[in-house]
Amino acid sequence: MLSSTRPRRTRRVAAATAGIASLALLLGACSGDAENPGTTEGGDEEMTDEEITLTVATFNDFGYTDELLAQYSEENPNVTIEHVKAAESGDARTNLTTKLAAGGEGLADIEAIEVDWLPELMQYPTLFSDLPPVDGRWVDWKVQQATTPEGQLIGYGTDIGPEAICYRSDLLEAAGLPSEREDVAEWIGGEGATWDSYFEAGKEYTEATGDAWFDSAGATFQGMVNQLDAAYEDPESGEATDLATNTQVKDLYDQVLSAAVEDDLSAGLEQWGDDWRAGFQNDAFATMLCPSWMTGPIEENAGNVEGWDIADVFPGGGGNWGGSFLTVPASGANTEAAAELADWLTSPEIQTQAFENSGTFPSQIEVQQSDEVLAYVNDFMSGAPAGEIFATRAQSIDGAPFKGANYFAIHAEVQNAINRVDLNNDDPEKSWETAVTDAQNVIQ
Amino acid sequence: MALLSPTKPAHARGGPDRPPRRLGFSQRLGRLDVKLSPYLYISPFFLLFAVVGLFPLVYTAIVSLYDWNLLGGQGDFVGMANYVAVLQQPLFWKSVVNTFSIFLFSSVPQVIMAITIAALLDQNLRAATFWRMGVLVPFVVAPVAISMIFGRLYADQYGFINEVLGLVGVDPVAWHGDRLASHFAISTMVNYRWTGYNTLIFLAAMQAVPRELYEAAVIDGAGRVRQFFSVTVPQIRATVIFVVITSTVGGMQIFDEVRMYDAQGLGGPNRDWMTTVVYLYDVAWGNQKSFGRAAAVAWLLFLLIVLIGMFNFLLTQRIATGGGRGPKVSRRHTKRLLAEARAAAASHDGAVPSAAPGGTPGAGQGSPPPPPSIPPVPPPAGTQSPNPGEDVR
Repeated sequence: MLSSTRPRRTRRVAAATAGIASLALLLGACSGDAENPGTTEGGDEEMTDEEITLTVATFNDFGYTDELLAQYSEENPNVTIEHVKAAESGDARTNLTTKLAAGGEGLADIEAIEVDWLPELMQYPTLFSDLPPVDGRWVDWKVQQATTPEGQLIGYGTDIGPEAICYRSDLLEAAGLPSEREDVAEWIGGEGATWDSYFEAGKEYTEATGDAWFDSAGATFQGMVNQLDAAYEDPESGEATDLATNTQVKDLYDQVLSAAVEDDLSAGLEQWGDDWRAGFQNDAFATMLCPSWMTGPIEENAGNVEGWDIADVFPGGGGNWGGSFLTVPASGANTEAAAELADWLTSPEIQTQAFENSGTFPSQIEVQQSDEVLAYVNDFMSGAPAGEIFATRAQSIDGAPFKGANYFAIHAEVQNAINRVDLNNDDPEKSWETAVTDAQNVIQ
Repeated sequence: MALLSPTKPAHARGGPDRPPRRLGFSQRLGRLDVKLSPYLYISPFFLLFAVVGLFPLVYTAIVSLYDWNLLGGQGDFVGMANYVAVLQQPLFWKSVVNTFSIFLFSSVPQVIMAITIAALLDQNLRAATFWRMGVLVPFVVAPVAISMIFGRLYADQYGFINEVLGLVGVDPVAWHGDRLASHFAISTMVNYRWTGYNTLIFLAAMQAVPRELYEAAVIDGAGRVRQFFSVTVPQIRATVIFVVITSTVGGMQIFDEVRMYDAQGLGGPNRDWMTTVVYLYDVAWGNQKSFGRAAAVAWLLFLLIVLIGMFNFLLTQRIATGGGRGPKVSRRHTKRLLAEARAAAASHDGAVPSAAPGGTPGAGQGSPPPPPSIPPVPPPAGTQSPNPGEDVR
């Protein structure tokens, strides 16, 4: 009897110990979490000259070099800056959203965000500090993008993506078509360029060579949709409009696909895909839409292909694609000091330095026309005066389109529909029907 | 009697007649040490499991019952609504079908290849360690690197494989356009990575098989193939079950390969190769931003894996316990019976009699089925079905 009951008792004891120990571990972890922000926050409000460390989280290449950041530490000896860099924006977004969801623990004091994530973050403005406005620093629409309907400014603008057309001068020349920068801009339509005139020029090229004019229907559509004031949602209420009756988008959809498929202007490559990257080496297409930051990926993928150039023209007026902001998460320990640093980082002088470091086109009005920016020449793009061209392109952007909470969900479905036709040769009408049904499923 | 006296103390050492003594603290501690220590030694694993395994599992179940936004956090209690919503999304079911298809394309050839390679490596080879380590090299390569390499191989327009196919005059395969082709491509990445790993596990098990069994088999006149099926496979049965179950669990959770297969990483414009785990990711971090629904998907997937795992366990156990020559003969036997019964059923049902033998592969002979072959299968009592085909099934 004894021998049979004893082990069982000890087993129960052991189980209980294990249970209590794990509980203690969990509770310990929780209480630790709760204590930290409280103590540090209380301490920081009283003292301003305290030694603090500010972390700045960015992605890709913002042009914030160690030397650049050291300037701030020199001016403010009590501040140490740590720079955390994510390889690409998707990683940064996952990191940011996950930590925001977890209550803000582990976030950097300054988090860089891309304009694409703004709508989803704008739904929760309390997660971010309300930044003090800096009048007249940025182009109006850049500020407007980061301002909530209640008037809270959640981010300071860093760069923007004014769009031009990048093209292969050697391919155009071989086809017996205009190949000089000014001639190409004029041929595509000059100041009054429309999507029709861009596609018309493409037809000439495709008829002459049998090759594709642009890389992908999806990428081209991206440029077209960015020119609509409100593509998928009602700017007044923020409600999603029914895709089935959205003639504005449907017209663009039909236009880009008839150019891509019927006129055979598209190379049918999914943007950022392996084929797309390989296409640069295989002369797969002659032109592509080109936000200022796109010159980087072109150089990266085209390698030693010579002949890439930039034409100072864009169909349908100006267009902006991408651009980023610096935000200060409200959960941070030193939000005020972080806001000051963000202010400094997005100041015209610093953004000019960042532009020189990495080619991110500044969103600050006064430097868009500064000598440093205008003098910038891109050697890879056949020595095109990139600074001057993008400065002109930036001036023809007249505003930012409305993008609400459902914008990206609906847009992704329409892009899928275009890819189905462009990449897999599905029927355009059927593909659109699928998008209409799928969009209804993703609207929140 | 004097002779016995030396044994007395020895007897008394543990004897019951010695008066019980009060235990000192150190002794009591010592006893506690003996009783409790083993549990303390293994407790780190269970504590760790409780924190990183059990807790997330339970917490996921709780999250799945709430309206829980990625950024907004916990919302209202919604009960089973998340499960209902997920089950109603056609994309969920599409992802389940994709997962199964990719799983079959990967796990089945993987296990067969691994066991074959292991059997070859189990022979007397020169530089055996080199070959054995060689099969593990793909496993060391980071999955993302593998995906990038295979991405170049399987690109539709400028991919290596399509170029090679073009050289021999075969039309290029739409690796990103055709659903089945994409599943095949993703499976090859999975197989590339995991075959070597499974091979080593099989190899370790094979080396533990007593060599006498092979010697005996050789004396009995068994060839290499016969040795493999009649000695090796039955002997490593437990390992086969282990590998099948781990590769099932792995096959149900394919993620990296799909994420890296195209630019968006969500299974293409038609979601043709979106697996359930990728779907889960998209629900949580994509445009739905719903942790609640994602947690529901996680639990549904968990149940699915348990189900498949149990099915696999039963299957492998049945195959492996048979061992020896048993199943070989009986399988052929039942096949023949089946064919005959089907043919008989076909003629019974009024089908064209001449079509019956041709339509039953495995019957072998062109002659119509002889009626005496039916009696060997005892009809179950109570079912006096006029259709013998059902009885055989």
